Amino acid sequence: MADELIWQTMGLSDEEYERIRVLLGRDPNYVELGMFSVMWSEHCSYKNTRAVLRGLPTSGPQVLQGPGENAGIVDVGDGLAVVFKIESHNHPSAVEPYEGAATGVGGIIRDIFTMGARPIASLDSLWLGDLSSARARRLFSGIVAGISGYGNAVGIPTVGGQTMFHRSYEINPLVNAMCVGFMRHEDIKRGAATGVGNSVMVIGSTTGRDGIHGATFASADLTDEAIERKSAVQVGDPFREKLLLEACLELVARGCVLGIQDMGAAGLTCSSCEMASRGGTGMIIDLDRVPRRETGMTPYEVMLSESQERMLLVPTPGREEEVREVLVKWGLEAVVVGEVTADGMITLIEGGARVAQVPARALADEAPVYHRESSKPEYVERLAAFDTAGVPPCADLGGALLRLIGSPSIASKRWVWEQYDHQVGAGTVIGPGADAAVIRLPGSKRGVALSTDCNSRYCYLDPRLGAAHAVAEAARNVACTGARPLAVTNCQNFGNPYKPEVFWQFREAIAGMSVACRALGTPVTGGNVSLCNEDGETAIRPTPVIGMVGVIDDVELRVPMGFQAEGDIVVLLGATRDEIGASEYLATVHGVEAGRVPALDLEAEARLCELLWTAASRRLLSSAHDMSEGGLAVALAECAIAGALGATLRVDCVGGDAGLAPDRFLFSESGARALVTIGPSQRDEFLALAAGLNVPAAACGRVGGSRLCVEFGEGAGGARRIDVSVAALSKAYEEAVPCAMQG
Amino acid sequence: MKFGIVVFPGSNCDKDVQTAARAVGHDADFIWHTDTSVDGFDCLVLPGGFSYGDYLRTAAIARFSPVMEPVARYAASGRPVIGICNGFQVLLEAGLLPGAMLRNTSCKFVCKPQRIRVESTRTPFTRKFRQGQVITLPIAHGDGNYYIDGETLEQMERGGRVVFRYCDESGEPTPESNPNGSLNNIAGICNNAGNVLGMMPHPERAAEGILGGADGRLLLESVAQWVQGGGKIG
Repeated sequence: MADELIWQTMGLSDEEYERIRVLLGRDPNYVELGMFSVMWSEHCSYKNTRAVLRGLPTSGPQVLQGPGENAGIVDVGDGLAVVFKIESHNHPSAVEPYEGAATGVGGIIRDIFTMGARPIASLDSLWLGDLSSARARRLFSGIVAGISGYGNAVGIPTVGGQTMFHRSYEINPLVNAMCVGFMRHEDIKRGAATGVGNSVMVIGSTTGRDGIHGATFASADLTDEAIERKSAVQVGDPFREKLLLEACLELVARGCVLGIQDMGAAGLTCSSCEMASRGGTGMIIDLDRVPRRETGMTPYEVMLSESQERMLLVPTPGREEEVREVLVKWGLEAVVVGEVTADGMITLIEGGARVAQVPARALADEAPVYHRESSKPEYVERLAAFDTAGVPPCADLGGALLRLIGSPSIASKRWVWEQYDHQVGAGTVIGPGADAAVIRLPGSKRGVALSTDCNSRYCYLDPRLGAAHAVAEAARNVACTGARPLAVTNCQNFGNPYKPEVFWQFREAIAGMSVACRALGTPVTGGNVSLCNEDGETAIRPTPVIGMVGVIDDVELRVPMGFQAEGDIVVLLGATRDEIGASEYLATVHGVEAGRVPALDLEAEARLCELLWTAASRRLLSSAHDMSEGGLAVALAECAIAGALGATLRVDCVGGDAGLAPDRFLFSESGARALVTIGPSQRDEFLALAAGLNVPAAACGRVGGSRLCVEFGEGAGGARRIDVSVAALSKAYEEAVPCAMQG
Repeated sequence: MKFGIVVFPGSNCDKDVQTAARAVGHDADFIWHTDTSVDGFDCLVLPGGFSYGDYLRTAAIARFSPVMEPVARYAASGRPVIGICNGFQVLLEAGLLPGAMLRNTSCKFVCKPQRIRVESTRTPFTRKFRQGQVITLPIAHGDGNYYIDGETLEQMERGGRVVFRYCDESGEPTPESNPNGSLNNIAGICNNAGNVLGMMPHPERAAEGILGGADGRLLLESVAQWVQGGGKIG
């Protein structure tokens, strides 16, 4: 009886225990069982999701490293490569928001520099409950403080992301941290243990009892009981991370590194078995040599500790002493703890005796693969059937716009990003608050454009279309800055996969994401899956967050979001259809979260992106902004606020689109649209370029003055119009989040 | 002209200072915190960051770094030393400048462009500015709330040792324009001789227009001109 309880308490099923017995040909001991339980958790093994994830496109000429390593790598030209990945730290942040978010940032930073790259930017996609809730406000404050406290101290600018609010994230907030680094192609390092007889070193911080079973904790529902398990949350030390970062990059520069991997989830267990498995080798580790911060730790605790700021290193043979000297210079430890073996086994020694011996591949790659049952939830058809034709027309369009611009999910996130150092590194060309951030690569004219996107209302109502929209919006955001979208990382946040309805959402989202990534030529280079984001009853909305990376050949060519100059021509790109289903307008003004998600024309999205970066490269654009939540009206307001300039639009210039009722026209969330402004002398060249790429383009107004005015022709009820001062828009936009945080 | 940038464990604006120095056409190299010589440099920069993690009190440990002895001798010899952000905090802890830093009154880290009025052009770092000129420099700190006893504050004000003050767009040092609660809106101060400057704003982040501003260039150009002109105080 007691034995049965052991594997069950570690989160393993009876079938999984049997499989371990078969793989070992005997009963596992306690240490071995602990190692299997963390490696076979969903967090480390993707056992429930792996079969579905195989459908994602992962290759392309730009991809230097796809999924399966610590981070993905793309070629950005001139021998330069960009490394990037996004990862969740949801459950720890729900329990201990400051440390949970801080260590989420720390973990993803290590994933970048472990590849040999210098981290140059972070982004964070945060999802919280409604700010009317005290719990949501507490978590929000703590999470932002944690990201700020860690990222600022390490000295990596936090340049973007998103912050969204909905009651489904009340118990279980989402913290998805993305980090981006850069390096030269020849410096790429991988997490493989090669060369039988080579040393294995633990470098960085000491090992303590913090974070034991963090990966298992992250793979179960967030019940009240789980929330009490604070010992599963790690404690971050950004100072040590900064030292480790500099030390590791110095080791790479000196040529001391053969293989290296961060110790994150499942600590020494995960790093040792994954490095051995990738190298087709084994590893023998003497646990007595692992530097500790606590006495009396058992082998089980040493192997499962998730103490932060540690790395497992296979040094270039003969360079062990040099490694030690570099680490000592940076005030850190470096100890040879074992060596690479030919037997494919992870063998652990303590006090001269063998305490565990497990095939590395069994731990790293032979977790069961489950094909979970999936069924379409009842709500999907019901909510999609909502007929927007019955939504009464809006009499006060300006008032509706002010309400939208002041709703926390759309409103300014200045309260968040002023707490982040978004400039350290001398590379931030476009910082937070824009469509995408643009970072100059050190020593180069080139830049990367970075964005994270997801509309979880879309994903709830139609996960397949919603996930495809997330990819398309991310690409559009990157293209609006003048960059070519290159590749994607992703963080799939869902509820409990054992529920067929949740699994259906996941499967659909991956299918939609695959289609969109193929159509837009942006393969997936990695990411993570975070399941069981629920309190046991209510799941979060499906939230497949897309992190997009694009490249701009010369950062001087980047395009800002805000209006730039009086007299510039406002051009509406793309076709606006009667699509207020699932919209922010319907939710905020009419209190309805239903209807059909806007259709998606991926070819039109690709053409729009091409138009945007081509026009930027010819210096035709004064400003560009994508249209998404809140449609044209919100996009106009955001451009006006960002540029502190008004504009006047006449909608009867917009051809076929003008047949829509004013509220439809202003708030529709049709895809493949953007709002650009161009200097009068560039008008003809730009419109010809748009026509050549088959992108509808309507010059329908001028930038100028201090008010935002939208006038409709007689046919569309000429009296209805928007006429709001930019100051009033700005006030509503800037004050929403700080006011909500006062409770 | 060669800047020497002191790197403490946890410094993170060291490379940014080098990038900025190069952007204005000068050389810059690093000095490790255990070095005992600062020879060969025309100006020392203590950069921003979180020296030793700043877990105890900002810069409380960095002041004990071996390099601080030669830095103090360098300063005493009248040669130019600038501490930016965490570097300013190091100068305070080391006693090279008077006063102390408290947490921002908001208790939050704050990173944003900030208007600053140039109060004194007699330092080597501010010669090329106009007295009263309003410039914009980025700030990024959690502990920038400058504090000192009333008597010393008055002496400093009378002696023209307040070099930069937070202000609004018209140049008025209003409470609303003060981002951290510092006394008299102080953003930067110098020693009696004027060759040691401490400031919270980051001039190195405003040395290229592409990064959002170039008002910091003038500071680097001022000290370069001063050094090249023989480096006489006054």
